[in-house]
Amino acid sequence: MRHLVVTRAGPAMTVQDGGRLGMLMEGLSRGGAADSVALAEGAALLGQSVDLAALEMAGHGGAFTVSDTTRIALTGAPMRADIDGKSLPWNASHVIAPGQTLTVGGCEKGTYGYLHLGGGIATQPILGSRAAHLVAGIGGLVQAGDRLPLGPDARTEPGLVLGVDDRFSGGAIRIVESAQSALFTASERARFEATDFTRDVRANRMGVRLTMEGEGFAADRQLSILSEVIVPGDIQVTGDGTPFVLLPECQTTGGYPRIGTVIPADLPAVAQAGPGALLRFRFVSFEEALEAERRHRTMLRDLPRRPRHAVRDPRDMPDLLSYRLIDGMISAHDT
Amino acid sequence: MTAAQGGFPAIRTLGLTGLLVSFADQLSEPANRAALAFRAAVEREGLPGVEETSTSLASVFLRFDPLAVAPGDLRERIAALLGTRDWYSAPLPANRRRWRIPTVYGTDLAPQLEEAAEAAGMTADAAVAELSRTTVRVLTIGFAPGQPYLGELPPAWDLPRQVALTRRVPEGALVVAIRQFVLFSAPTPTGWRHIGQTAFRAFRPQSETPFPLRPGDELIFPAIGRDEFDQIRAADTSGDGGATVETIA
Repeated sequence: MRHLVVTRAGPAMTVQDGGRLGMLMEGLSRGGAADSVALAEGAALLGQSVDLAALEMAGHGGAFTVSDTTRIALTGAPMRADIDGKSLPWNASHVIAPGQTLTVGGCEKGTYGYLHLGGGIATQPILGSRAAHLVAGIGGLVQAGDRLPLGPDARTEPGLVLGVDDRFSGGAIRIVESAQSALFTASERARFEATDFTRDVRANRMGVRLTMEGEGFAADRQLSILSEVIVPGDIQVTGDGTPFVLLPECQTTGGYPRIGTVIPADLPAVAQAGPGALLRFRFVSFEEALEAERRHRTMLRDLPRRPRHAVRDPRDMPDLLSYRLIDGMISAHDT
Repeated sequence: MTAAQGGFPAIRTLGLTGLLVSFADQLSEPANRAALAFRAAVEREGLPGVEETSTSLASVFLRFDPLAVAPGDLRERIAALLGTRDWYSAPLPANRRRWRIPTVYGTDLAPQLEEAAEAAGMTADAAVAELSRTTVRVLTIGFAPGQPYLGELPPAWDLPRQVALTRRVPEGALVVAIRQFVLFSAPTPTGWRHIGQTAFRAFRPQSETPFPLRPGDELIFPAIGRDEFDQIRAADTSGDGGATVETIA
């Protein structure tokens, strides 16, 4: 079986796919890729199923070799990447051969970068998914020395690139009302919408703690809400007034009041907001949120048709006559 | 509470893709039964657009696809279903089991027995005598995979959660607060007091039965000594930790 060999690993690297949907009744949250759009982009670049597992790299990448010639794609938070010193464009697919080393460095912006492999990572599924769910004790961190098995990949097409909007620098996040929005006064909600937040360094796959200037936010009956089901996107306000946006690996129940819920289309931008990126939240109507969801699904549906062939730069092809696309020496201009 | 009152049951929107049906704003046995029975009814109905249902202590959560069903229409279907009976008098789920899970109370394994007993106004011996003979029921599974919330304990155990968290209690810890036990399925920080330790694994990801407990199951935590516990833990490969189980209904 083909393998990806991890020769160096950043501190928070995990195998991720779409996670385990439908197990709330058993107390297991969905988990899966922190940035679900990046998962879909990688699948589009490699022309394969969005259900295949990829490597999620939080903050830092690592170094990798392969047992056999393998197609790869890089998506999510842009990171410095090269094969044997030759830099690779992000949001693109490439080929790596045995003996070559792929090196992925730190994030240029954003938080979660993804390394996708032709055929996907083929570790043993647990409860229907290959996604590590660290809080639940399913799977674990990928570490130096690990050999990750890869699924079969019949395809060999050359490098593709994908134009991607910036969802790695914070910005305006749309929210709708949640169970306890009405417990926050109109002026408290207005102050929430007017506040610039940044991602706290303590953020992880369970949730993003938001930091801000000024006082915390207070609801009536702050501490006496009976525990209810909570889901990714919910913005919980803890006892000291700090908001947390829940991410895919959140717990399944909670008793903190929720001021609102981030719409699914904007949740990747919250997960990806890097250090110092500003986040602002804006309540939108249910109708506006529905329209955003419609557009988001259309975008995801159309993704597989969007990758374009990389424009090859003759300067990168010193010996044009012997040039073969499979060797991976393909560069791409920004689209 | 035996029937709908005080604005309950209530249907609320929860983000773009969720509805929450609440049967009470505090835990009661009838409200818990109502939530379990209503969730089962929603599953039986197979409502279009509903993709997942779950319960917590006294509410039912529905995840739906807002592009497959108009939220207003779904709310109407839910309201109609709520009106078909008095859910607070619904029976408990079928196929319930009674588990007896051997437990060490106190010792260095469960260091907060003494302070919990004092907070409940009794000696540690009296606390063990009461807690080890009380039958509790799985009210809900949640927070962490397979993890049961168990109740209700006698009124003396209406202890507030600690303000300061215990940094880490281990898997299998039996903790107490607000007239409930939780049997932790994974190591976790908590504000609940750690009064007993079991070798029971409430989440077994590699097993045929990854989630052994179900809402409605009854649990008893008989007291055993430290030696017996160590033997059980050393010999156990199933995750049952010496527990016995029988069908009761």
